[in-house]
Amino acid sequence: MTITYKQAITRAMADELEADEDVFVIGEDVGAAGGAFKTTDGLYERFGPRRVLDTPISEQAIIGTAIGAAVQGLRPLAEIMFADFAGVCFDQIANELAKYRYMTGGQVTVPVTVRMANGAGTGFGSQHSQAVENWFLNVPGLKIVVPATPVDAYALLRAAVRDPDPVLYFEHKGLFNVKGELPDDVAPAAIGRAQVVRRGAHATVVATQLMLHLALEAAEALSAEGVSVEVIDPRTLVPLDLAPVIESLDATNHLVVVQEAPPGGSWGATLIARVLQERFEALDAPPLLLGTDETPVPYSGGLEAAWMPSVERIADAIRRTLAY
Amino acid sequence: MTTPEVRPADPRSLDDRLDLLRAMAEIRLFEDECHRMFAQGLVRGSTHLCQGQEAVVVGACRALRPGDTMTCTYRGHGAVLAMGAPLDRSFAEILGKAEGLCGGKGGSMHLTDVGVGALGSFAIVGAHLPITVGAAFAAHYRGTDEVSLCFFGDGSTNIGAFHEALNLASIWKLPAIFVCENNLYGEYSPIATTTPIERLADRADAYAMAKARVDGNDVLAVRECVDEAAQRARAGEGPTLVEALTYRQKGHSRSDPATYRPEGELDAWLERDPIAVHERALREAGVPDERIEEVHADAQAAVEAALERAKGWSDPDPEARLEHVYA
Repeated sequence: MTITYKQAITRAMADELEADEDVFVIGEDVGAAGGAFKTTDGLYERFGPRRVLDTPISEQAIIGTAIGAAVQGLRPLAEIMFADFAGVCFDQIANELAKYRYMTGGQVTVPVTVRMANGAGTGFGSQHSQAVENWFLNVPGLKIVVPATPVDAYALLRAAVRDPDPVLYFEHKGLFNVKGELPDDVAPAAIGRAQVVRRGAHATVVATQLMLHLALEAAEALSAEGVSVEVIDPRTLVPLDLAPVIESLDATNHLVVVQEAPPGGSWGATLIARVLQERFEALDAPPLLLGTDETPVPYSGGLEAAWMPSVERIADAIRRTLAY
Repeated sequence: MTTPEVRPADPRSLDDRLDLLRAMAEIRLFEDECHRMFAQGLVRGSTHLCQGQEAVVVGACRALRPGDTMTCTYRGHGAVLAMGAPLDRSFAEILGKAEGLCGGKGGSMHLTDVGVGALGSFAIVGAHLPITVGAAFAAHYRGTDEVSLCFFGDGSTNIGAFHEALNLASIWKLPAIFVCENNLYGEYSPIATTTPIERLADRADAYAMAKARVDGNDVLAVRECVDEAAQRARAGEGPTLVEALTYRQKGHSRSDPATYRPEGELDAWLERDPIAVHERALREAGVPDERIEEVHADAQAAVEAALERAKGWSDPDPEARLEHVYA
């Protein structure tokens, strides 16, 4: 059936709540109100206040409660409304959630899933728009999931809930209404598997979430010029599945990475560093990292559009690397 | 699900009171040994000792029962031992040995023994209060009558996580017991310079939470107080904030000689040392000196033997550093 990205997220939560009595949903306005983005719509009515819990505006308490409950065997599905608010509970995520298992020598498992609404393009301004997954790249102990399509949103969320480790699940606000097919028998995905989304021969483009959709448009536009672009979606950033990228580069010899973040300290920079170390000889041109400007996300429509990569700029980047 | 009522031992029972003495004496000796090991350069990093605060952890943990959980701070050796963690594997963790409680990955500030309900020692001030709320939530969610107890210092009452945790525990009426060890100093700063109220238990009022203030150097009083809090929690009446008044006899950490203390303050508190207070009561109850000395000698022998064992254990295989990042 055809389903939106947002509906896929809601359905994944409902299916996990149905499948496992230890799963509960916790966050600000996730219950009676159905979520600030309506991603938890209907869950409270269906599963009740015991399993779908509204909290005060207390991000540290949300994540800490999820950690304590997880250590005691439950499977919390926590929501941080806007991903930017992860800054409020950064300690709970980076120092507690990520390190708890390690520093106790494996005495605990911490199967917490944290859903966060991520990303720009919707005019929410600097403090409600940043794609913040890069904040957590340097924190071993976390898994980071960044679905771009309804089917991945569904399958990866179910996988995140079932995963024994902490998973940060970023859902992009700009994709909530994107439609896609969700087969009836979708299994939970394997976390840590990239996907070749479009086959091509001349250049490899790696992108996630909103940027993946723009990259696919750019690839389509370039096909009219006779340029064949392979597009790869990593789908999870930690662990990062590099093998399909390297395999692709062996054929295309040209790499462009597109991300909705400044270049420094980012997954795109990490991916390029690893490609250079592991398969430098495959490249016929310097790899290109196309990111945003090195500024906070601006508000005004024209400013925000200029701030992040566009279809045209992605196409230009591909042309540039091929012309090197 | 209900469990048969288990009440603390009769405080008039001599065996029980000697057992409390033994537990406090072991912790005191354990901490003294840690102090010595640091001086000898056997231990890395820093350590935060709890001499003078033994009655709080022993009294509170003896009010718990199997299935209950406890979290504590980086000044947590005593609390973890009071839950029943073995002396030798606790020493081994501080020495960074493979047989340590956490395989040498945690160290002094992260002693954890989940098997005895010691869910963790946390070294970010206040961060474990929300985690305790989560453990209490799990009991509430499952309908068990287990409680979750959290030790923290007076300094933690000024950090945001404290307020978020108490507020949430109160509105959800969770079976949590928040035990503030008010030892008068947040790191190097006297409490009066950082906190506008003297009675920290009063912070419970802001969360419509039950509160109690207890002499933290009186092990029997602490146990009784925490037992009452546990009964409330098990009965679904929600959390309690307990303020235990005590004193940190040593500095904040090993690098702190605590020269900021006013003259005479330490001596006054040494007069009220929790072990000495308990012994005085035992003597008044007619326990002969020899019996008390025997308890100390047994504790000394146990601690020395445990340390000897721990020192003899091996360092972790370097490859072990790669384990336990993910399940």
